[in-house]
Amino acid sequence: MTDTTDSSLDTTSVVPVTTDAGGGLEAPLRAPAKGEKARSLGTDVWDELRHRPMFWISAALIAFFVLMAAFPQLFTSTDPHLADLSKAREAPSADAWFGRDNQGYDVYARTIYGARASILVGIFATLFVALLGSFVGVIAGYRAGWMDSLFSRIAEIFLGIPLLLGGILFLYVFPNDPLTTPFLVQVGKVALVMGIFGWPTIMRLMRGSVLQVKPNDYVQAARALGASPTRIIGSHILPNSLASVIVVSAINLGAYISVEATLSFLGIGLQPPAISWGIQISEASGIGMIRAAPHMLFFPSLFLSLTVLSFIMMGDVVRDALDPRLR
Amino acid sequence: MGKYIIRRLLQMIPVIIGVTFIIYVAVFALGDPTVGRCGERSCPEGYIAKFRADYNLDKPLIVQYLLYMGNLVQGDLGTNFFGNRVIDELAERWPVTLKLGLMALVIESVIGITAGVLAGIRRGKFIDSLVTVSTLLLISIPIFVIGSFSQLIFGVRLGWFPVTATQGTFYQLIMPAFVLASVSVAYIARLMRTNLSENLRADYVRTAKAKGLTNARTVGVHTLRNSLIAVVTFIGIDIGFLMGGAIVTERIFNINGIGNFLYRSINQKDGTSVVGTIVCLVLIYLVVNLLVDILYGFLDPRISHD
Repeated sequence: MTDTTDSSLDTTSVVPVTTDAGGGLEAPLRAPAKGEKARSLGTDVWDELRHRPMFWISAALIAFFVLMAAFPQLFTSTDPHLADLSKAREAPSADAWFGRDNQGYDVYARTIYGARASILVGIFATLFVALLGSFVGVIAGYRAGWMDSLFSRIAEIFLGIPLLLGGILFLYVFPNDPLTTPFLVQVGKVALVMGIFGWPTIMRLMRGSVLQVKPNDYVQAARALGASPTRIIGSHILPNSLASVIVVSAINLGAYISVEATLSFLGIGLQPPAISWGIQISEASGIGMIRAAPHMLFFPSLFLSLTVLSFIMMGDVVRDALDPRLR
Repeated sequence: MGKYIIRRLLQMIPVIIGVTFIIYVAVFALGDPTVGRCGERSCPEGYIAKFRADYNLDKPLIVQYLLYMGNLVQGDLGTNFFGNRVIDELAERWPVTLKLGLMALVIESVIGITAGVLAGIRRGKFIDSLVTVSTLLLISIPIFVIGSFSQLIFGVRLGWFPVTATQGTFYQLIMPAFVLASVSVAYIARLMRTNLSENLRADYVRTAKAKGLTNARTVGVHTLRNSLIAVVTFIGIDIGFLMGGAIVTERIFNINGIGNFLYRSINQKDGTSVVGTIVCLVLIYLVVNLLVDILYGFLDPRISHD
């Protein structure tokens, strides 16, 4: 649990890109011609991303799933709550493209409607983690001293509880009731739990990059000119640290969707009238069901994995574009 | 070195206190510990009063917590509503979970390191892309999906492995161990690849090559050992993944271990067992991480001399 352990993890290690590093490496390679505007980090990254098929594939997938979450009616006109018991476990057909599940629900309709839970949990959890983590990280890094030690110790405590175990514990103690808890509250609770145990990663990242940027000359110059801490943080420190936070957040978004599905699979996350891929997969697992109706397992699993994949892939691609060492 | 170990031990104390305090407050002060003790209905007044007295919930919070910690140190995790001590339930089940975990650890280290080394020394070649893409897929597919599909394909359809692992024998545990290891294999391979290719660009590698060492020796002796340090430290975090994964894997393959016990306790609303098991797992996680940190100090002298 030392800092080194965390930062050496491949998926989370992101070199905080300072304008110095980016500019210094780029300058000799692509010297701007006379009259051309100076290149910013943003245009460099965009140039890099535009030429990568992985970027376009993941962007298209993300757009597709977000659209599905926002307007499921565009994809299906079947009511996902309409159960036809006489057709239970029917294999895929022209009538129900992905077949029917144990209750006779249309698996296709439920898979489409299931996107909403996953995307919402992912977005809420990521926003919560990014905002709380960045806020605490900036304060700890900028103020230093006892505040830094205090927040770092608190972060260490929350890192001491693995995400899934913490999630099970909190959702067990503050359970989602299947009938009385509204859908959005259930989603919010699951997202909140992930926020509680997820913020230390972003906090450490942010703290590290603030500490790295703070001693730079331009920050000292701003301070000498009398800029307030808010201004220094807002216009000099944040822009330099934000890139890495965004990348890790994208990768984490995928991971949170996966954890939500796992919690729902274990019967403790979202609760059954709510529609979620985790619940669908949970209902489809078990040997009897796997033998009788593998289509129940296949389609939600495929959609879930593709969603997680698209966010992780996006994070990976953007990180490669941002990381000057890999160019 | 001694100083480093003592410092790590001392740093551990506030973390353990903090973690147990958070869990205690969440469960006993903020939450309602009697939830589920009386089945679907809420508990009668008299039972709640007795429960609160038995668990010291009528005392001030700090006293409650200290009494709870006192019990915890003596190995008392509470008694579940079947009247069994949670610690006994866990004692009965840990061997099979440990076996599963160790098998997964061996599988992920062997496959992960091999794949990572192959990708790292042939960076940009076909094998590199293969490893990068397949690890991306492995990370993206949740473990319960991998588990259910292996059960369907290798257990039911092909019949290569037993579909469930109720007795927990070595042969039965092979498929569950592969499933449990799957995500960590990907992490280890990626970690190994990044570190190896980074180390291969280091100055000491150039020196080694310049003095005429063979490629195998430069990679095998000099670079590999340095890159392995990162993998060892990953194992600390990995224990957390494995614990989470074990709950899912043991549920799918019906293995009678700690994970399955936790899963069943959740669904039987057996709160004492859920909380006791999680406290126990979190403490194990912290201790393993402490050991890994100390081991890290031995492997990488730069760390222990700060």
